[in-house]
Amino acid sequence: MNEYAGKTATLALLVCLSVVLAACDNAQPPAKATPNEANGTETIILATTTSVNDTGLLDALLPAFTKKTGIKVKPISVGSGEAMRMGKRGDADLLLVHSPKAEQELIDKGFGLNRTPFMRNSFLVLVAGPADDPAKIAAAKEAKEAFKKIADAKAPFVSRSDNSGTHMKELELWKAAGVEPRDAEWYIESGTGMAETLRIANEKDCYVLTDSATFTSQKDGLQLVALYKGDKVLDNIYSVLRLNPAKCPNMKTDAANQLAEFILSGEARQIIADFGKDKYGEPLFELLEK
Amino acid sequence: MGSIIKSAWQAILLVASCSPEVLGILWTSVRTSGLALLIVTVVGVPLGAAIAMSRFTGRRLIILLLNTGMGLPPVLVGLVVCMFLWRSGPLGFLNLLYTPAAMVIAQVIVAFPIVTALSVAAIQRIDPNLLLQTRALGASRRQTFMITVRECRVGLLAAVMAAFGGIISEVGAVMMVGGNIKGQTRVLTSSIVLETRMGNFETALALGIILLGLSLGVNACLTVLQLRNQARQ
Repeated sequence: MNEYAGKTATLALLVCLSVVLAACDNAQPPAKATPNEANGTETIILATTTSVNDTGLLDALLPAFTKKTGIKVKPISVGSGEAMRMGKRGDADLLLVHSPKAEQELIDKGFGLNRTPFMRNSFLVLVAGPADDPAKIAAAKEAKEAFKKIADAKAPFVSRSDNSGTHMKELELWKAAGVEPRDAEWYIESGTGMAETLRIANEKDCYVLTDSATFTSQKDGLQLVALYKGDKVLDNIYSVLRLNPAKCPNMKTDAANQLAEFILSGEARQIIADFGKDKYGEPLFELLEK
Repeated sequence: MGSIIKSAWQAILLVASCSPEVLGILWTSVRTSGLALLIVTVVGVPLGAAIAMSRFTGRRLIILLLNTGMGLPPVLVGLVVCMFLWRSGPLGFLNLLYTPAAMVIAQVIVAFPIVTALSVAAIQRIDPNLLLQTRALGASRRQTFMITVRECRVGLLAAVMAAFGGIISEVGAVMMVGGNIKGQTRVLTSSIVLETRMGNFETALALGIILLGLSLGVNACLTVLQLRNQARQ
C-alpha cells in the first residue's frame, strides 16, 4: 500500500510540475521577458554577425531601443553570408552586416532596399609571437603584399572559412595578391568564429586576419601581436541593410524601419562611440560621418 | 588546474550572488529541459512498454528505428526543426522559432528515441515466467501491463535518467532553434559556448559547473528513487 501511495504522490507531483511549467511559459520573471505577441508587443528579428554580437555591442544598444519603442528584438548572430540568406528567406526583418560587395548584390537582386554604412573597425593582420615574424609582413606597404609574403614564405595562416564578412575580405586579399591558398598545406581552414580562430592561430603560431574589435577583446589571453594594419582596403564597414518587403515575405516592415532609424540615431551613436572604453580603454568601433 | 579551481569558486559566487542574468539562464535551462523530460517520459515510457509487450507487424522495424534514433545527432534535429519553423517553412505561421517552445520541441525529438528504446529494453528483461504466472492467476491485460511496468521500474528509471542526460547536455539544437538570445532563449549549454567564443574561459567553466550541479541534483533524486525500488525488489 505504501508503494502505491508513493507512486501516486510522485505522479501528482509530476502533474503539478507540468502545469506550473506550462503556465510559466507566459510568466515574466524580473529582468527577463518572454516575447508574446498576444500581449501587443511586437518582436522583430535582427540578423547580424558574430563579430558584432560577441563584443556585446548589441547588449548595450538593443535594450535602449526596446525601452524607447516597446519593440523587442531577437538578435541572431551568424556570418554575414547566412544573415543575408535569412533576409532573402524572410526570416529576418533587418540586417546589420559588414560585407559591402555581398550587400550590394542583395540590393541589386532586389531583396535589399538600401544599405547605410554607419560604423567601422579596422582589420588587422596578425602573427603569433612577440617579435617573431617569419614572413616579415610588418614591412609590407600594402595588405595584399603582406598576404603575398605569407604565401611566399609558406607561413601557416588560419582562415575562418565560414563565409563571414571577415572571410570574404580575406579571400579578396588573396585574390588581389594573386594567390590561391586553398589546399595549400600552410593554409588552415577552421570554420569557426573570430575568437576561436584567434585561439587556433595563437596555439599554432599562425598568421590570421582579424577585426580589431574581437582582437582587442581577446588580446589579454593571446601571444599574437598586431603586425600589419592601416591599409584602406582593410577597412571593415558595418551597414544597416533594409530589406525589400515586396520580395521578402512576412517582413515586419514598420518595426524594422524603427530599429534601423534607431541604430542610425544620435542616441545609438553615442552608445557606440563609448562602447568598450571602460573595459578596453579604447572604443571598439569608430563611427562614420553621417 | 588553477583555472579550474578559480572557476569552481566563480561558480559558487555566480550562484550566491543571484545575478539576475545567471538565474535567468538557469531558470530557462530548468524549465525547457524539465518540460521536455516530462513530455518524453509521459509519452515514451508507456509507449516503450507497450511496444515491448505486444506483437504486431513491423515491431522489429520500429525497435530498430528507435535504437537508431538514440544516435540521432542533435544538431541535425536542430537544423530540421529550424527548417520547419522558419517563417518561410511549413510551420512558420506558428512563430515558434527563437522561442523556448521551439527548444522544448527540439529536445523532445532528441530525447524521445532514447527513453522509448531504453524502455523497450528494460521491459524485455522481465522474466517471462512471471508473466505466465500472472496470466495464470487471472490478471487482465491491463493488470499484466501495470505489473510488468512495476517490475521493471529500475530499468525504466534508468531510461528516464539517460533521456535527462541527453536533454540537459544538448547544445547544437537549442542554439539553432533558440538563437541563444539574451534573456529569452539562452540556456546553460549555449552560454558556455558563447563565453568560450568570447574568450571568457573561467566564466564558461563556472557555468559548466553550475550545469553539472543541476544534473547532479536531478539524478540524485532519480537515483534515490531507483535504489529504493531496487532494495525492495
